[in-house]
Amino acid sequence: MNPNLFAFSVVAILSVLSALGVVFFKNAVRSALSLVATFALLSVLYLTLDAQLLAWTQLVVYAGAIMVLFLFVIMVLNLSKQPALIERRDPKLMLATLLGFGFAGIIGVQVVTPLLPPSEIVKDPVLAPNGFGQPQAIGMALFTDYGYPFEAISVLLLVGIVGSILLAKRRLR
Amino acid sequence: MNGVPMAAYLLLGLVLFTIGVVGVVIRRSPIVIFMCIELMLNAVNLTTLAFARYLPQFVAGRERGHTAVAGEMIVIFIMAVAAAEVAVGLGIIMAIFRLRDSTDIDQMNVLRG
Amino acid sequence: MGWIHDVLAAKGVFAALIRAVLWAVPILLLLIPAIWFERRLLAWMQDRRGPNRVGPFGLLQPIADITKLLFKEEVIPDGVDRFTYVLAPVLALMPPIILGAGIPFGAYGVYKLLTPVSDLSVGVLYVLGISSIGVYGLVLAGYSGNNKYSLMGGLRASAQLISYELAMGMSLACIVLATGSLNFTSIVRSQEQPLWGISSLSWLQNWNVFTPFGFLAAIVFVVCMFAETNRPPFDLPEAENELIAGYHTEYSSAKFVSFLMGEYFAMLVYGTVFATVFLGGYNLLPFNWDTVEAHVPALGGLCHFMAWISNNLAPLWLIGKVAATLFAYIWVRATLPRLRYDQLMNLGWRTLLPLAVADLVLVAIWVLAVSTYGAGWGMVIAVVLMLVGLVVYVNIVSVGRRKSDPLASRSVTMVSIAPERVVIPEPAEVQPSGAG
Repeated sequence: MNPNLFAFSVVAILSVLSALGVVFFKNAVRSALSLVATFALLSVLYLTLDAQLLAWTQLVVYAGAIMVLFLFVIMVLNLSKQPALIERRDPKLMLATLLGFGFAGIIGVQVVTPLLPPSEIVKDPVLAPNGFGQPQAIGMALFTDYGYPFEAISVLLLVGIVGSILLAKRRLR
Repeated sequence: MNGVPMAAYLLLGLVLFTIGVVGVVIRRSPIVIFMCIELMLNAVNLTTLAFARYLPQFVAGRERGHTAVAGEMIVIFIMAVAAAEVAVGLGIIMAIFRLRDSTDIDQMNVLRG
Repeated sequence: MGWIHDVLAAKGVFAALIRAVLWAVPILLLLIPAIWFERRLLAWMQDRRGPNRVGPFGLLQPIADITKLLFKEEVIPDGVDRFTYVLAPVLALMPPIILGAGIPFGAYGVYKLLTPVSDLSVGVLYVLGISSIGVYGLVLAGYSGNNKYSLMGGLRASAQLISYELAMGMSLACIVLATGSLNFTSIVRSQEQPLWGISSLSWLQNWNVFTPFGFLAAIVFVVCMFAETNRPPFDLPEAENELIAGYHTEYSSAKFVSFLMGEYFAMLVYGTVFATVFLGGYNLLPFNWDTVEAHVPALGGLCHFMAWISNNLAPLWLIGKVAATLFAYIWVRATLPRLRYDQLMNLGWRTLLPLAVADLVLVAIWVLAVSTYGAGWGMVIAVVLMLVGLVVYVNIVSVGRRKSDPLASRSVTMVSIAPERVVIPEPAEVQPSGAG
């Protein structure tokens, strides 16, 4: 058990616990905060994978913008007269959990087992490609090879902006 | 990282994805369902990055001399799409709530039949 | 002195922890002079004395303040969500301290490379990320108070913060585009180049605030800096006559102190970021001393001395620039009235963000012009374009907007205090009555 594997295990177990918190907390705000914690821990995992730009982008986009939006909506819904966020107990819970983890087990056995340590597909330790997570490499690829998807994404974001403004407007009489 | 097998990252991604799927099935509030969808997207991000980092010989674009960043491109696009989806989705949830005063997703069945 | 470098630049977790402490302790200690400076300077600007009784010149006043606040009774209201209530002050206090950990404090001499925790290759993105995390303190503080007004205060505060984060990110993107790197050390090094890239001016340094697009980006960044730290004139969320006390209504004693301290740390740290990105970081003065010596050999001794203190006392100059930024913060607080919420939002979205985006386009054209025509002509093209853009904006866009939307005025019309001439009728002759 080398120190890297130990550190990875700690972060991995914490992220699994906070993901379980997202699903199993009754209070929506605690659920959202668990998801923020999950995102932060995943950001740490991206750093261990040498993807530096993506790690901080994850914090800016997911933890800093998307989750703030979620919290806004939860709080505005909490201000309402009806208790909007209280849920009934669901009999699907046990069955769903069993089926879900069974599904995970099947995929895990098929996909993960060939890749466990003495494996000829993955050579370990592997050198990162030159400039792997650096912004220069990502920028070069994003604006040359991936120019079309980049422009398509900007149109998609424009559509998202227009759509959300339209949905938020009150009905004009 | 050195010393961490790729299988560990894949296993973690799988567990997170499964937790997200279970959350979508179990929970009734559309906001929490949305959060579990985001969890699934992040699990996919982690898996893609693990593949991109550990298996650079399989990435397209290397013959042109560009660094193997295709996996990171996918992750960037997933992040952008998730952001747009959350903006519109939360707008829809607010609009539904304004109309019906409840957010139990099992009662949103007007289109059924 | 090599051992200082060996300790400070060593890799490894333990060395990073030592460096983190070496960063956290000074910034915690800088809080005390910052509070004293604010109160004395504000008082001087308002033509009064300020605290001068507690210790010589009132220097121990901040300690007395904090001690008093810490000894107050800790009241936790009924019905709050305890976890969020306790978490929110922590989330208001930690992000500013974390944010400053990527700023370079010196690069030559004794220091070689002194960045408190790590010289991140994506330092600017790190700053943007941690300022996004800083929103959570306000949101959760407003929510956890179990109080409708504090919730609304929290929502307004966080809406303000995320709006100005965008313009701040755009202005930083201008500098990143001009420099070509997200790394703070590279940004500071690129500011040590000859002014505007013209090699005949190589005795001056190219601080980003001296370049036309950098000056514009600096203006946008300064305004966003005020809004991000909730300082006047953007302090609507915590104003005492609005929504009681805004998002920290329900807090008392130590948790309340956390919010106040978090605001001071944020001021100091954003000042550090501003000094690094726009004001040349840890360099003392915008002169390249060896080139000055080559031009004017008579000043050789002075140049050697200045170069030595500029390199070896580098953190001091950065802190000096932070102090100048703090002076500007307090000066603006003493001078400008508070912005109304809709004025604040209009300023962020309709003025600063388009300005920052236009600046980004300007920088892109400048970079292209420099690579095609050379540094001098590139700068001429950039300045001409900027003036043309300014004229177009003033004449077409701004006048049109004022005509169509007169209620969205961004200025406050002061009422005239000079009274009109009022004719007072002469009183009738009053006969002294009685009293013999």
